[in-house]
Amino acid sequence: MLLRHTQKASETIERKALTVNPAKTCQPVGAMYAALGVHGCLPHSHGSQGCCSYHRSALTRHYKEPVMASTSSFTEGSSVFGGQANLLQALTNIYAIYEPEIVAVHSTCLSETIGDDLGQICSKAVADGKVPEGKHIVYAPTPSYVGSHVTGYANMLKAFVEKFPIKTDEKKRQINLLSGWVEPSDMRELKRIMAMMDVKSVLLPDTSDVLDAPMTGEFQMYPNGGTTIPEMVSMGDSMATVAAGWFATRDAAIALENQCKVKFTQTDIPVGLKATDRFIQAVAKEARVSVPESINVERGRLVDALTDMQQYFYGKKVAIYGDPDNIIPLTEFLIDLGMIPTAVVSGTPGKEFMKRMDALLGDIPEARYLNGAQADMFLMHGWIKENPVDLIIGNTYGKYIARDENIPFLRYGFPILDRIGHSYFPTVGYMGTLNLVTKILDKLMDKIDETALEEKFELVM
Amino acid sequence: MDILKERKNQVATAASGSPLNLDCGKKSTAGAVSQRACVFCGSRVVLYPITDALHLIHGPVGCAAYTWDIRGSLSSGSEMYRLSFTTDLSENEVVFGGEKKLYKSLIELIDKHQPKAAFVYSTCIVGVIGDDVEAVCRRVSKEKGIDVLPVQSEGFNGTKKDGYKVACEALDKLVGTDNEAQLPDYSINILGDFNLAGELWMLTEYYKKMGVNINATITGDGRVDDIRKAHKASLNVVQCSGAMMHLAKLMKDKYDVPFMKVSYFGIEDMSDALYDVAHFFKSEELFKKAQLLVKEELGTLIPALAKYREALQGKKAAIYVGGAFKAISLVKALRLIGVQTAVVGSQTGNKEDYEVLKELCDEGTIIVDDSNPNELSQFVIQTNSDIFIGGVKERPIAYKLGLGFCDHNHERKEALAGYEGMLNFAKEIYATAMSPVWQFTRHHKMRSSVALDQTPVDSLPNSKE
Ligand code: SF4
Ligand code: SF4
Repeated sequence: MLLRHTQKASETIERKALTVNPAKTCQPVGAMYAALGVHGCLPHSHGSQGCCSYHRSALTRHYKEPVMASTSSFTEGSSVFGGQANLLQALTNIYAIYEPEIVAVHSTCLSETIGDDLGQICSKAVADGKVPEGKHIVYAPTPSYVGSHVTGYANMLKAFVEKFPIKTDEKKRQINLLSGWVEPSDMRELKRIMAMMDVKSVLLPDTSDVLDAPMTGEFQMYPNGGTTIPEMVSMGDSMATVAAGWFATRDAAIALENQCKVKFTQTDIPVGLKATDRFIQAVAKEARVSVPESINVERGRLVDALTDMQQYFYGKKVAIYGDPDNIIPLTEFLIDLGMIPTAVVSGTPGKEFMKRMDALLGDIPEARYLNGAQADMFLMHGWIKENPVDLIIGNTYGKYIARDENIPFLRYGFPILDRIGHSYFPTVGYMGTLNLVTKILDKLMDKIDETALEEKFELVM
Repeated sequence: MDILKERKNQVATAASGSPLNLDCGKKSTAGAVSQRACVFCGSRVVLYPITDALHLIHGPVGCAAYTWDIRGSLSSGSEMYRLSFTTDLSENEVVFGGEKKLYKSLIELIDKHQPKAAFVYSTCIVGVIGDDVEAVCRRVSKEKGIDVLPVQSEGFNGTKKDGYKVACEALDKLVGTDNEAQLPDYSINILGDFNLAGELWMLTEYYKKMGVNINATITGDGRVDDIRKAHKASLNVVQCSGAMMHLAKLMKDKYDVPFMKVSYFGIEDMSDALYDVAHFFKSEELFKKAQLLVKEELGTLIPALAKYREALQGKKAAIYVGGAFKAISLVKALRLIGVQTAVVGSQTGNKEDYEVLKELCDEGTIIVDDSNPNELSQFVIQTNSDIFIGGVKERPIAYKLGLGFCDHNHERKEALAGYEGMLNFAKEIYATAMSPVWQFTRHHKMRSSVALDQTPVDSLPNSKE
């Protein structure tokens, strides 16, 4: 029992100062992930080399792909005198050796704390000619003691949107699609949906073919995927923006609207039936197309599967944790399946989460939910001890609880460090949802098989 | 190939005669895609296996989250060390200081978990906001009556290697706090093994069979109480990974406990590790028992290795690991199973290490300090290597290049030390080098194998007729 110290939540002394087994990681990881979704972009970590090394490892452990990023390699000196010299020297080296199109600089706790002003240093870099002709630099402050990895993702996305899109007089018949933090396969699925709807779109970021790149026998520092610079530039002339995921994309969508007068519709990440409905409608409306029959056929297939499965879901209790953009629509979907989310936890702070959860779970007396610093795995474990659940859904960190409490566990979200293949199968859109719901049902039914008495063990279920 | 200008002196080729002036121990060049980690990382991985201590990371949440249970270090008792505690510094504390939060956290945790001791790790940010961690530790220590030890591991203070040193300094404060204990004859401490995949248990088994008494294991499967009385042992046996060397030296100066460097990796080194201890105690009996043990082990191991050696003959390996000492052992162990080392490098090696490597390796072997993915992949292609041995960040690169891979770092699941370990190592190298999957990576494009049928469709006989 690794977590035998956990008690029922009601018996736990009030914790004032402490996060136990955090359910989130820090901002730069998100900034790195977002930057990898831009073609030819090298993320750069402005801080000590440890942070950079951790963040790359974290992404590699999840995506099972090489993750490239450079670091300013702070020394004790830089922490006293500021990191400007390090960053300037770093940029010279990076453009000369690694030849990226774009360097996407993010800060770390350290550079934030000593007060390095990324904007000022980057301007100086440009003024001093450290950024070669035709190459670019973007930057996003990502102090980790504010927000979480999702915040870092949002900040970097905003940085790209502030840098590249240009409004000309020529409107383009296309929409912008800002994606929250999902798997590369999900990004690919979003593009497939756009193609089915005959909508021309620019997806930002786009980690497909970057973090699920095919094996070619070569190491490619910059894989083929990723949103390109011309694509980003053209975003300023799009008809509208659909921003999927409040926490990850809202700031960028607002920035784009302010800058290029491209209006946006905020949706959830399309996980689950209703969220996908809303997403498809938003895209159809903004792109002024009608929803093609093929999409409805996919939806019909999903609904058909749900009717086959519903009997197993009804009344089952579930604990969910992870990033708000992912678990808000997921919670909605699980309620629609007849399940009862009794514990919902997200380490990412932000009032929007509680607002959405109030709306979704307010009528379910058993449901407990919280986000922010105190919303960690320890809290969730306490809640589960008090009100046991039939299923836990979340990232790898839930495996300890699942094992101790002997509860089926579905890995979903970031990071997944102990399974391979999750980055290849989407969970967005109707087909993605079908994939997800099948996995949920598998978990529940495996448990039935595992625990069935011999006389109740059945071939046909 | 392109090598960062500042890095020119960190890459060399083994050639007989020429001195190898590798410029190592340098901070990574700014802008490098370095594979290195920080001081905190070094301290944390080294101290973390002390199982019945509380480990609290004073800093922002990230530093803790990345080190939550990433080292596969096993415990035979307490599992407390596997929990991750952090003060999760927020903006408020960054401005007004985090001492209060640290104090409260410590009190709360100690009350709840009743640990034998507590380690408090400083991260970069603590170094900058200037919290007096030591003072807080002293206060809590007094109030709670247990050792609360500050670990001054601000990340920017150097590399992972510097982190080992800091960890040793923290341990040094614990050693010597129990003066009552009496240890039996032939008592040793094992330093520098972290019980990955239970390796330490194998080693202690060997020593016990010889008649040697193991006092403290520092830090694999470590116990606070054992470490307290570690100075009573007659000898420190230090795995020369470098991690615990500093502690051995401190104990020599302070308590006059002699130390001896050993390696448990590969047949010769493992056997020497046993014989050297017997020699130290000048005991004929210990020596005889060690001889017997080695003979027994080799009797089963050597025949078992033969098949792997035959199959692997002529394969080439690229090595990139944390410590150079590990690299040295790996070169030897690979040679034992017929594999030649074509590239070898480390994150933290020193000059002497690289000299040893140069002597050891075949002519033409590329030797490199603090490398990056671009370089590594070019070396691998250039030398036509078949297998890569490295850590988490190297694995996907190896696979992208179509190479077998063996994890010789924190994430390894098999014990690789000792005699059993040698067999495991051979098996692992063999399994990855021989996987049939590589047939697909070598020909990664589909080609139509038959000429496409060019017959026009309307000339085909109509089945309905
Ligand atoms: S210092 Fe900040 S940015 Fe670096 S790992 Fe720790 S939390 Fe993340
Ligand atoms: S902040 Fe410092 S201590 Fe923490 S991970 Fe980064 S380099 Fe290491």
